[in-house]
Amino acid sequence: MTINLLLQNIANGLSLGSLYSLIAIGYTMVYGILRLINFAHGEIFMLAPYFLYFGVLIFHLPWWASAIVAIGLTAFTGMLSERIAYKPLRDAPRISALISAIGVSFFLQNLSIVVFSGIPKSVHRPAFFTKIFQFGEIRIQSTLFASIGVSIIFLSLLIYIIYQTKTGLAMRAISRDIETSRLMGVGVNRAISVTFIIGSALAAVGGILWSLRFPQIVPTMGIIPGLKAFIAAVVGGIGSIPGAMLGGFILGMSEILFVTFFPAMSGYRDAFVFFILIIILLLKPDGILGTKVQEKV
Amino acid sequence: MKKQNKKICTIIALIILFILVYFAQNRLDAYKIRILNLGAIYVTLGVSLNLIYGFTGQFSLGHAGFMAIGAYVTALLVLPPYYKEASFILEPLIWPFTVIHAPFIVALLLSGLITALAGFLIGLPVLRLKGDYLGIATLGFAEIIRIIANNLPHITNGALGIKGIPEFTNLWWTVGVAVVTIYIIKGLINSSYGRALMSIRENEIAAEAVGINLTYHKVMSFTISAFFAGVGGGLFACLLTTIDPKAFMFVMTFNILAVVVLGGLGSITGTVIAAFLYNFFLEYLRPIEAGFNLGPIHFPPIPGLRMVSFSVLLLVLILYKQRGLMGGVEFTWEGFFRFISRIFSNKKTTEGSAS
Amino acid sequence: MEILNIDNITIQFGGLTAVKNFELKLQSGELVGLIGPNGAGKTTIFNMITGIYAPSVNRIYFQNTDITGMKPDKIAKLGIARTFQNVRLMENLTVIDNVMIGFHLHLQSSIASAIFKFSGYVQEEESIYQKSTELLEKVDLERCKLEKAGSLPYGQQRKLEIVRALATEPKLLLLDEPAAGMNPQETKELMGFIQRIRDDFNLTIILIEHDMKVVMGICERIIVLNYGLTIAEGNPKEIQHNPEVIKAYLGVEAQYA
Ligand SMILES: Nc1ncnc2c1ncn2[C@@H]1O[C@H](COP(=O)(O)OP(=O)(O)OP(=O)(O)O)[C@@H](O)[C@H]1O
Ligand SMILES: [Mg+2]
Repeated sequence: MTINLLLQNIANGLSLGSLYSLIAIGYTMVYGILRLINFAHGEIFMLAPYFLYFGVLIFHLPWWASAIVAIGLTAFTGMLSERIAYKPLRDAPRISALISAIGVSFFLQNLSIVVFSGIPKSVHRPAFFTKIFQFGEIRIQSTLFASIGVSIIFLSLLIYIIYQTKTGLAMRAISRDIETSRLMGVGVNRAISVTFIIGSALAAVGGILWSLRFPQIVPTMGIIPGLKAFIAAVVGGIGSIPGAMLGGFILGMSEILFVTFFPAMSGYRDAFVFFILIIILLLKPDGILGTKVQEKV
Repeated sequence: MKKQNKKICTIIALIILFILVYFAQNRLDAYKIRILNLGAIYVTLGVSLNLIYGFTGQFSLGHAGFMAIGAYVTALLVLPPYYKEASFILEPLIWPFTVIHAPFIVALLLSGLITALAGFLIGLPVLRLKGDYLGIATLGFAEIIRIIANNLPHITNGALGIKGIPEFTNLWWTVGVAVVTIYIIKGLINSSYGRALMSIRENEIAAEAVGINLTYHKVMSFTISAFFAGVGGGLFACLLTTIDPKAFMFVMTFNILAVVVLGGLGSITGTVIAAFLYNFFLEYLRPIEAGFNLGPIHFPPIPGLRMVSFSVLLLVLILYKQRGLMGGVEFTWEGFFRFISRIFSNKKTTEGSAS
Repeated sequence: MEILNIDNITIQFGGLTAVKNFELKLQSGELVGLIGPNGAGKTTIFNMITGIYAPSVNRIYFQNTDITGMKPDKIAKLGIARTFQNVRLMENLTVIDNVMIGFHLHLQSSIASAIFKFSGYVQEEESIYQKSTELLEKVDLERCKLEKAGSLPYGQQRKLEIVRALATEPKLLLLDEPAAGMNPQETKELMGFIQRIRDDFNLTIILIEHDMKVVMGICERIIVLNYGLTIAEGNPKEIQHNPEVIKAYLGVEAQYA
């Protein structure tokens, strides 16, 4: 393999990884606070490109305005799903909340089939994003820079919110111990809502960037990226935001490199991802950056 | 109540079940029989998941993978060799699958055994994990199994799947297997080994401190659970007559998990009830999607509406019945007769007050 | 006969040395008290003996078998049973099931004979049921044997935990603060009970307890721990007058008189 091809694939891996990172953060934040695998997160991711699509098509908004509206609407949907389907189950057995999350996932997916129809739609892409840059023999689509750049901006914003604002403090407190936080007067409901808003907004950004790379959108498009981002969160150490970012990049990169080095095995691409997951879990059950919580006896 | 009497009650109940199955199989239309078949297969699958999750407390999301193994093994065994030759178009089927052929019962048993072996091999490393991590790892294995099925065209016919599987599955088989599954798993639960499994669920550290070998018992439970999941997969293959890797996506595991949770974790009775209700609802919501007339108003067919209503139903159920229908309570003959006598005494008092 | 020989064990958690150079030789039939202020490392010693933690250096011998690093269930099978400071019962199982589970490690019947209820298994189960009921009678719990263990009052949960440990038919019994949460009357009964089971079952017992009346009342030998170090060892009289011990306790709390 030529060094150029390798560089090309590393670039692709980074770009895919940045998308996984954005989605993985939503999983990890919700898990950190509620100990809930939010299976509906992949559907939240899927909604954003649809909102974008209709914003441009029906309301004739410019692409950027439509994208902002889409992020807002998606974030709102995420928050709403928590209020309706998870909040009443906060004291129920955890499995009930998980079933509820999968129920929400089915609901959003099928509602999208009903409302948007199951026929694939093609999202409008501004000319800027389809431009190809040529570096020697390496061709890089501008979405790559966009996804990496946008990811960095939003991730910095996130870190600011979590470590520098009062709401962020509340979120961190709750993830330590929800009961004590409640007793200490932390606004638990508000902080959880904010968590869902931020997580869903990041997934929306991921969804929109995804639609720049793969402009065909269908209501089931959230399943696989959702699952992979979730794996990324686990690999990085679920509950840890830097872990989710790292996990996203590891996953995106290893997926692309696997196909590069073993083109004959490309059918096993997703199996390889699961394989990595299982190996990491067996070697380091709490993920790469996760903290080990040992039960005191 | 005496043990002897309980046994008699159970035998009477089985005879009634036998008669019911006889009439259902002979009198009901194919569509209704199919729903009942699905319900009974879900009983087998649900009870086996309940063993590992509800009773042993080990969160397993791998059932679809185990079903897939069972389904493919059964399909390859019951399909006549000449037929296999004709239907493997992507790549020719490899020996020995080209020549092997077995009766349905042997195929089901082998499906169970091979799946149990897979369960054992998977369980040995992953059952060290706990809680959600175990769930994720087992989910990963199930997906790997599915992807392998997708990529081995000379054994599984790849994404095209296997078609024309003989339709051996009928109510005798599905209900029969469900009864045997319940009998065996209930027998296990109501034994010292079952107590050990439940102790692991309740408190691992204490269980280990009283000398329970965690790995041994967890792997045992997981393997038995896989066995019945494999048999269920085999029944499934011979009911649908067509299987492909898509049939064993995570949704399949979710369906079974939902049945177990909605029925109430750790309640076999709950699983049985939920298994049938789940399939009834899933099927009877079909007309919504197909379009219908409500008086003068015509509703056009809307694809997806069935699953929308179903997921709403599911959400409402889980929000209002957070601990499932049975909440972990089990059917017993004592409870049954207490219930009956309560109904009767209620009737009497209401009649009495009316007159 | 020497039943337990702890040879100079040490364990660290991160930077903290929870137990340092702990030594203990136990003769069969002894009733030894292990005391010390909160965080002294008492429970940690139990955790090392029962295999929950492995000491970082040196070894533990039980009846001349090296049990260092063995899994807890193996150690239980060899004959060491324990209770937990924060009670650990199978809360959703019945009281009698909580005792019967203790006998599981001696079960001879195979899984198949347990599932299909072969006569060999049925007999074993029956005898386990009998023995469990008898054990429960000893602590007046047989009346509530069909209740959920988690629904018992705290003091009775502690007793049930001791009974569960006895069901494993141990030679060495480790009791971690059995009197915690008991009223004076219950505590008095408990003291008698501990002495009785030692004689009836030929047990060797190590007792961790903050209630000095209990320790001084029934232990023949007492070991005092402070910050992971053994600071004193001797009979109750000697311990009561040991200046080191008084200092350790007065430094923390003045409950001991
Ligand atoms: N798993 C663990 N991880 C980290 N530190 C631990 C762990 N277990 C115990 N420790 C620490 O070791 C020290 C000794 O704890 P231990 O529980 O043995 O004390 P103790 O003597 O039983 O106290 P108490 O009377 O309060 O029960 C404490 O400082 C405790 O915080
Ligand atoms: Mg302690």
